[in-house]
Amino acid sequence: MKDQAKHIIKIDNLSIGYSSKKKTITIASNLNIQLQTGNMVCLLGKNGIGKSTLLRTLTKVQPTLKGEIFINNANLNSLSNNELAKTLSLVLTERLPDSSLTVFELVALGRQPFTNWIGYLTSEDLQIIYTAFEKTNTKHLMNSKCYELSDGQLQRVLIARALAQNTPIIVLDEPTAHLDIHHTINTFSLLKNLASEFNKTIIISTHETNLALQLADELWLMSPSKFISGKTDELIEKNALDLLFDSKLISFNKTLKQFTISNS
Amino acid sequence: MVSPIKSYKNTFLILFFALALICFVNISLGSVYIPLKQIFLSIINGDVEKDSWRSIVLSYRIPKAITAIIVGSGLSISGLLMQTLFRNPLAGPFVLGISSGASLGVAILILGASFFGATLSSYAFTNFGLAIAASLGAFLVLSAVMLAAIKVRNTMSILIIGLMFGSLTASVISILAYFSSASQLQQYMFWSFGSLGNLSWKEITVLLTTFLIGILLVVFIIKPLNSLLLGENYAKSMGVNVKKTRNLILIATSLLTGVITAFSGPIAFIGLAVPHLTKLLFNTSNHKILLPAVAISGAIIMLICDSIAQLPTSEFTLPINAITSLFGAPIIIWLLVRKRKIYY
Repeated sequence: MKDQAKHIIKIDNLSIGYSSKKKTITIASNLNIQLQTGNMVCLLGKNGIGKSTLLRTLTKVQPTLKGEIFINNANLNSLSNNELAKTLSLVLTERLPDSSLTVFELVALGRQPFTNWIGYLTSEDLQIIYTAFEKTNTKHLMNSKCYELSDGQLQRVLIARALAQNTPIIVLDEPTAHLDIHHTINTFSLLKNLASEFNKTIIISTHETNLALQLADELWLMSPSKFISGKTDELIEKNALDLLFDSKLISFNKTLKQFTISNS
Repeated sequence: MVSPIKSYKNTFLILFFALALICFVNISLGSVYIPLKQIFLSIINGDVEKDSWRSIVLSYRIPKAITAIIVGSGLSISGLLMQTLFRNPLAGPFVLGISSGASLGVAILILGASFFGATLSSYAFTNFGLAIAASLGAFLVLSAVMLAAIKVRNTMSILIIGLMFGSLTASVISILAYFSSASQLQQYMFWSFGSLGNLSWKEITVLLTTFLIGILLVVFIIKPLNSLLLGENYAKSMGVNVKKTRNLILIATSLLTGVITAFSGPIAFIGLAVPHLTKLLFNTSNHKILLPAVAISGAIIMLICDSIAQLPTSEFTLPINAITSLFGAPIIIWLLVRKRKIYY
């Protein structure tokens, strides 16, 4: 029990996938994760391998098929929507619907799990919102409309919204999918900073494999044969990354700590 | 530390002033000319020169103005709710099939009477008879849409199901119309033009009570409505019970739109246009501001349309449905061309 107390996320023998009356489609099974707080985790895997399904299961958007998820020692299924919203915030990859919300209003929505029935912002709420702006360096955008922002700015603002929710865990689904390399690195280092300095647990699904290898504290690797989680260095040492893309075109270069094109 | 969310206090003050002004203008206009002073005296129960003036003001013009306010704001709020829920600018208060249901009910009463060989007493064709037929029809179609809504997870599907029910009832009405006489058709047409007048105080009490219940429901969903602006997944991640919110939105819309359609007929355009107009004027998506703004704007626009419809100093009254679109559509087009895009 003492050992369990340290884990912000603990996953036991989890199976994920979709089930309907007719049949059950298992996407991945036998997932075991033990994660400590203050880490940045990158979830890596090929397209269609089930990264999104794992994140959706972890955030209670869809039910587990088998096994159990503990967040802060509480079973995920026992948490209400609002309790979960106070522990875990999201940055999704989907486009925001058109609206004329200002950046401030968008970030302030992050306080919803804590505000009263009409959504009144107390001075404490405002303090947290302003801190979120400062941490993400977006204070100057506060009065802009969301539709005026560039993709890079919008991503930072969405991270600010998650920070305003003030949760120990932030889950991001492909946060750099639309960004150029400058903004991608910018976003990753911001997230890394949030994990190391503010003790947040950050879970990112991403295709920026090389960047993830340099910055992530831990990796969750999804490959067709199995799921592996662990510290980045240990996984490199164990040659676990070779499993990621079972392709002759790409190979993992251990000295460079990067994937390269095979010259065969 | 201050919140930089604009409060729009001045805009609201102007809107309230405009509402009071247009309300008074609306009451002072009509087929019979009544001096302003006499209107005022009738309202405060003073000495009026002619008793007929007092009764025109108290039992015709004021009830009509109140009806216009309730109809205007109720339909506009419903339209806003539907546009936010479905994240679709073409959604209006009638996408749940309420107007088509009400039309079906009235069509069956008026057009179908002879079709089914029944002889209905003339009572059936009074205001109240029509209201009952409209309510029953609206309730039936709405229940069908709601039942389907419980079954489907996807919010967009509800929109399409609502539209399909609309087409379905429209074709039934066409068939009924095909077999009916010219006078019956005319009577049905008159109902479908919509009307704000002829409501007794008793009917207005029913209208007002239901309206207030609907508004009360809406006030309690302002917060989840705002988070729905980010899409259902974000809303859920912020602790919103999306399904419960969706049901509350549907119930509030049905109450507001249902009772309004029952008493005043299928009044088109207002519910679709006023939310757009308000969003253009206020340039915000925050429902804490939009909802009261839409309610007041809806009331103002309905009163203006009604004032135009009764053709001041003439005995004729134009159909209210014609006026709402005739004057509303060009304004929306002009605003869109000028401002290019509405953000929801």
